[in-house]
Amino acid sequence: MIHDFTYLKPGTLREALSMLADHKDEYKIICGGQSLLIVMRQGLVVTDYLIDIKGLNELSYITYDEREGLRIGATTTHRTVETSELIKQKYPVLVAIEKRLASIQVRNWGTIAGNLAHGDSSGDLAPTLIALDGKIKLSSARGSRTIPLEEFYTGLFETALNKDELVVEVQVPPARLLTATAYKKFNLIESDQAVIGVAATVAADRNSTCRDARIVLSNAGVTPIRAKSGEKVLIGKKLSDALLTEAAEAAANEADPVSDIHASEEYRRHLIRVLTKRMVRQAWEEAIRLG
Amino acid sequence: MEKHLLKLKVNGQEYELYINPKTLLVEAIRDHLGLTGTKRGCETVSCGACTVMVDDMAVKSCAVLAMQVEGRHVKTVEGLEENGKLTPIQKAFLDHGAYQCGFCTSGMIMMAQTLLNENPHPTEGEIREGIEGNICRCTGYNSIVRAIDATAKGNYKEDKS
Repeated sequence: MIHDFTYLKPGTLREALSMLADHKDEYKIICGGQSLLIVMRQGLVVTDYLIDIKGLNELSYITYDEREGLRIGATTTHRTVETSELIKQKYPVLVAIEKRLASIQVRNWGTIAGNLAHGDSSGDLAPTLIALDGKIKLSSARGSRTIPLEEFYTGLFETALNKDELVVEVQVPPARLLTATAYKKFNLIESDQAVIGVAATVAADRNSTCRDARIVLSNAGVTPIRAKSGEKVLIGKKLSDALLTEAAEAAANEADPVSDIHASEEYRRHLIRVLTKRMVRQAWEEAIRLG
Repeated sequence: MEKHLLKLKVNGQEYELYINPKTLLVEAIRDHLGLTGTKRGCETVSCGACTVMVDDMAVKSCAVLAMQVEGRHVKTVEGLEENGKLTPIQKAFLDHGAYQCGFCTSGMIMMAQTLLNENPHPTEGEIREGIEGNICRCTGYNSIVRAIDATAKGNYKEDKS
């Protein structure tokens, strides 16, 4: 049963931020609520004030600029991202993950910022956006700051959001030449949460050598994890099976997965090895193919 | 606890409700409006039995606060038929026996209708992907897919008589 709360519905971002400042410590923010309402019903989240930003249309937008890159407003729904021609052209990996992120009904109502701010380490969007070198913009009545999404996750369902801050925007650098990102999750039902997910970005040079790489793991620890030792293995090298095995081994060692009803820790490490090899190869080959 | 005035439009009709803001859309529809075609199933956003349309989008009404649909148009399974005439998808479900216990049916039909609105000629794969968020615990998926496919192929016309 959901505990009673006082419901507040700001009409503008400005009004929302002043509500956050007024009710520090005592509020939760709801947008699509596709994750929040479940935990509220389970009694895991109890709040005095519920601040509903779903109606803030000023935060529902997708823009792209060759210099600034991609900007997605907080209240933009998953389905809007999935069906955006612009995102399909510039960041096809985002369309691919959105189609498998949850059921259509959830994608219709759930939002980008809600997904990211919920802080579930088994999400698909956060690791993929980190692999894309994404940033997150946080605003409060005091001002705004933009931080790498990688730094946003601080612990189990914990984020760098201050008590009076709201996620207002996600930013992704411009799509670059000879660079591609791939993401794959393993699960039993396709649109379900990842048992393990791996996102990989490879930036190649003209000789197909890896110039830069990112490997980001989903559900392999309390936050999305960047497997930096795996990345290091790749940089400056040419694609080969032996190299992929070495990078995958490093990524699996860097992860900190748990054993639960879905998979043992050992099996999760195995999945990290398999998916890291596949995703790095896919990103690398795509980077070269697309040029 | 302070009750809020909620003005909402369901199946074309305007309603004014005084509700606790924690009221879920499915509760407003069933308990306040008495439209019990929409089912409460898992209540964890998994089963899809509570699927309704909000502004022509399929959503799970167990995961939406009623307050959030203020000013929007909600359509439930009761809103499909007009003057007692079933819609093509409803006729197809009947003909194909696309239910066993019937509990998932209203959610399935609402999802199928939005799927066909967005993609009038889906492949079988697209139909199966479309109803991925709706669980039929009797596992009668094949007849459901056949019913949606038959509707998409135009085997069932709208009854305008």
